[in-house]
Amino acid sequence: MAELEAVIGLEIHVQLATKTKMFCGCELSFGDEPNVHTCPVCLAHPGVLPVTNEQAILYALKIAAALECEVAPRSIFHRKNYFYPDSPKAYQISQYDIPIASNGRLGDIRIHRAHLEEDAAKMIHVGDSGRIHGSGASLVDFNRGGTPLVEIVTEPDLRGAAEAAAWARLLRETVRQLGVSDVNMEEGSLRVDANVSVRPAGSDELGTKTELKNMNSFRFLERGMEAELARQRELIEAGGTIVQETLHFHPEDGTLHPLRSKEEAHDYRYFPEPDLVPIAPTEQMIREARESLPELPAARATRYEGEMGLPQDVAALLAADPETAGYFEQVAGSASDIEPRVVANWVTGELAAALRQDGGEVTAAESKVESGALALLIGMVQEKKISHGSGKTVLATLVAEGGDPEAIVEREGLAQISDSGEIESIVAAAVEANSEAAEQILSGNQKAIGVIVGAVMKETKGRADGGEVNRLIKKQLGL
Amino acid sequence: MTDMLELTAVQAQEAMASGDFSPAEYGKAWAEAAAEDELNAYLWRDGNGDAEAISVEEPSLAPVAVKDIFCTEGVPTTAGSRILEGYRPAYTSTAVRRLIEAGAPVLGKTNMDEFAMGSSNENSAYGPVLNPWDRGRVPGGSSGGSAAVVAGGLAPWAIGTDTGGSIRQPASLCGIVGLKPTYGAISRYGMIAFASSLDQCGPLTRDVRDAALMLSVLQGADPCDSTSVGLGEAPSLPDREDLRGLRFAVPSELARDAIEPGVREVFEATLARIEQLGGEIAEAPLPHAEHGISAYYVIAPAEASSNLARYDGVRYGMRSEGSGDLIEMYETTRAEGFGSEVKRRIMLGTYALSSGYYDAYYGQAQKVRTKIASDFSAAFAEFDFVVTPTSPSVAFGLGEKTSDPLAMYLNDFFTVPMSLAGIPAISIPAGLAEPAGGGPRLPVGFQIAAPAFAEQKLLAAAHALEGAIGFDARPEGVRG
Repeated sequence: MAELEAVIGLEIHVQLATKTKMFCGCELSFGDEPNVHTCPVCLAHPGVLPVTNEQAILYALKIAAALECEVAPRSIFHRKNYFYPDSPKAYQISQYDIPIASNGRLGDIRIHRAHLEEDAAKMIHVGDSGRIHGSGASLVDFNRGGTPLVEIVTEPDLRGAAEAAAWARLLRETVRQLGVSDVNMEEGSLRVDANVSVRPAGSDELGTKTELKNMNSFRFLERGMEAELARQRELIEAGGTIVQETLHFHPEDGTLHPLRSKEEAHDYRYFPEPDLVPIAPTEQMIREARESLPELPAARATRYEGEMGLPQDVAALLAADPETAGYFEQVAGSASDIEPRVVANWVTGELAAALRQDGGEVTAAESKVESGALALLIGMVQEKKISHGSGKTVLATLVAEGGDPEAIVEREGLAQISDSGEIESIVAAAVEANSEAAEQILSGNQKAIGVIVGAVMKETKGRADGGEVNRLIKKQLGL
Repeated sequence: MTDMLELTAVQAQEAMASGDFSPAEYGKAWAEAAAEDELNAYLWRDGNGDAEAISVEEPSLAPVAVKDIFCTEGVPTTAGSRILEGYRPAYTSTAVRRLIEAGAPVLGKTNMDEFAMGSSNENSAYGPVLNPWDRGRVPGGSSGGSAAVVAGGLAPWAIGTDTGGSIRQPASLCGIVGLKPTYGAISRYGMIAFASSLDQCGPLTRDVRDAALMLSVLQGADPCDSTSVGLGEAPSLPDREDLRGLRFAVPSELARDAIEPGVREVFEATLARIEQLGGEIAEAPLPHAEHGISAYYVIAPAEASSNLARYDGVRYGMRSEGSGDLIEMYETTRAEGFGSEVKRRIMLGTYALSSGYYDAYYGQAQKVRTKIASDFSAAFAEFDFVVTPTSPSVAFGLGEKTSDPLAMYLNDFFTVPMSLAGIPAISIPAGLAEPAGGGPRLPVGFQIAAPAFAEQKLLAAAHALEGAIGFDARPEGVRG
């Protein structure tokens, strides 16, 4: 049997950080006393009408621009009818056949659509079941009810759990940088559901999918998808067939369980929401949304690769975090004669390691290492004023107390020995003291040179240039 | 004192402004008149001790009777349904707020068909309203209470709602003026929803000038209703006396056979009157209007099935305490709280929207709706107005049609197309006619429809025609 390839599409709910709810004037909140942010509209009292939050439309347009989507000239709301205590109107106002945005992409993954809707109220089930069935009581907190949401749906373009999780992180970072959402998975302001199926590698057809819900961290998201892919592969390889169903992730043990079919069997009886007029964004609104975009991770990574010549992985790593990216660009700007690739390696390598060593509580931008100081330090290493090893020592000091790298080099006596006569005599002494190694080098074992280099470095306390030491050893041995 | 109650609202406003009598005297006289309600027309009256009065500091307009579908803060609001028994809204509807701000106190809340579903007022959970012309007959519906209080001398004027004819048909059956404005002219905020894409608030008054005055108070865009746009300019009081240069279309397909002979006679006489006033009469095709009822009875129940799903006994209104099981509480609350016509329409609407049936029912009905609207547009390219009888019959007997929902639905045959097209239409009393089965003569309404937002022109024509008709009959014992 051909290898089974993973096919994954994601559905992402993003809570918008507007001041007020989607269709009424109640303030958004998180963690407040239950049911204090409510009004006749979001409690669905008789006779009330929804009014669309303009800020939510503007935020959705920003998301649409960031995901390179087409914006519908007139999109409309529908009623999605369902009877459940978290929905006081007994319908959710959502978008159905004409969403505000469609046909976009983020990186290599195509976006099917993005639409506006309202969040349901939050339910707390008292009792062991944790669900409405079998609970002692169910409490409803309407504070969350009516929070604006943008639901983003991808095409089934993702080919593995790790890839899907990494892409979801990129999406989160992108939306976060737009400033339109807190995108916090634990608090539920970002919720990611996954549609998962497998098919013989190379096939164009889609297998039967299952929908995975309730994975409220990226770790759980990846674990959930991995577990489901493994289950599907095993089942198909054993000759079974996949049943389309919704699976609920249990974070306690990482297992997935089907929701009761009774809860699943919905006929939402969609029809156009007669209480609202179409969303018809002006050209100006769309242009302003596009122009307001910061440089987003995907674009930034492309620029780092193209203009600055960074390797793909380093570019992506830097671009994912706008603060560190900004810091990197400052350092690279101050050290204009040094290749950006070298600067990037220092920021993502040595500096990141030094910060971790120091406790890992601060980011590069927050650290005591000023961008100018790091530029100076990299320059000193590049110009062989100090050795690479000394550079790391200076960096550790900078991380701990900040300051000027030149002063630290001076104070610690780390300046490279530039007097070649002095090094030559140290090398000569080292060759003599390690005659066995010298013999091995002469008989062709190049690796043995490390012993002598080590002896020189020990003697010079790392202040000699490694390359120069190598050259002098070979010269001493007449090679 | 007798004189005061004989005045129209416009006349009373002028009299109060010139100090002929005080708003307090006038208000008291109407409160006393309303207290004499023997028609079961009021569900709540100001001053009956049940709730705080909706007071106006300095009244300057006649007190108004409000259909019990409009939310009034702290004052019982039932929409004629058992399921909203005991409900006192936390807020006041925009229409009522505008009336109060304009200086019109609320005289009382009027009885209606449950959730505005009905054409006879027999679907009220609080008993039928009686027609002041003949208490053995219905006042029409669903704004039957509002029509009956105005016709019966229990209120100077009233507001109602019209979804498929619910202002015009009871106005016709009670011999008063009823105006359904353009969809979007008046805010729907706080008006308990039946069919959101059709519901529209409007006046029920003694004459056309009163309707114009009330419309000028009610109309306007409302930030709480994004489908409201207002009329741009508030209409002024009409004073036109002729119809010269105006073209009136009678639908070519007008089903004259379906109209009661007496009603048909009054209709033809009114057409002659239009010509006497200089208006032109001709036929215009409205080929899809006859499918109006079918489309309406898909669209309205579909929207209603969604609008009425919120009444679950949890947050407001009636709750039926059963075994303590949540699902059972929902079921018994809705079973006991809703009447049979409401249940019928919830089921119809749910079915029409169901997966697999949507295109055949709701989708098809929307296409018919679009066709009807374009028929009217085509007619208005050549004509100023389209005219029909308001209702195919005069007021019918209580219980006469309750067992035959289809016969009841056909009452709205002439009024539904305008609702589907969203255009304004007015019913004015045009004369009296003997019912089909014989008996004392009863009022007949004449309907005039105009293009969207042409209310000013509609009111002017209606006023001229009203003056020429000179309808001055009143139910026995009613002054005015």
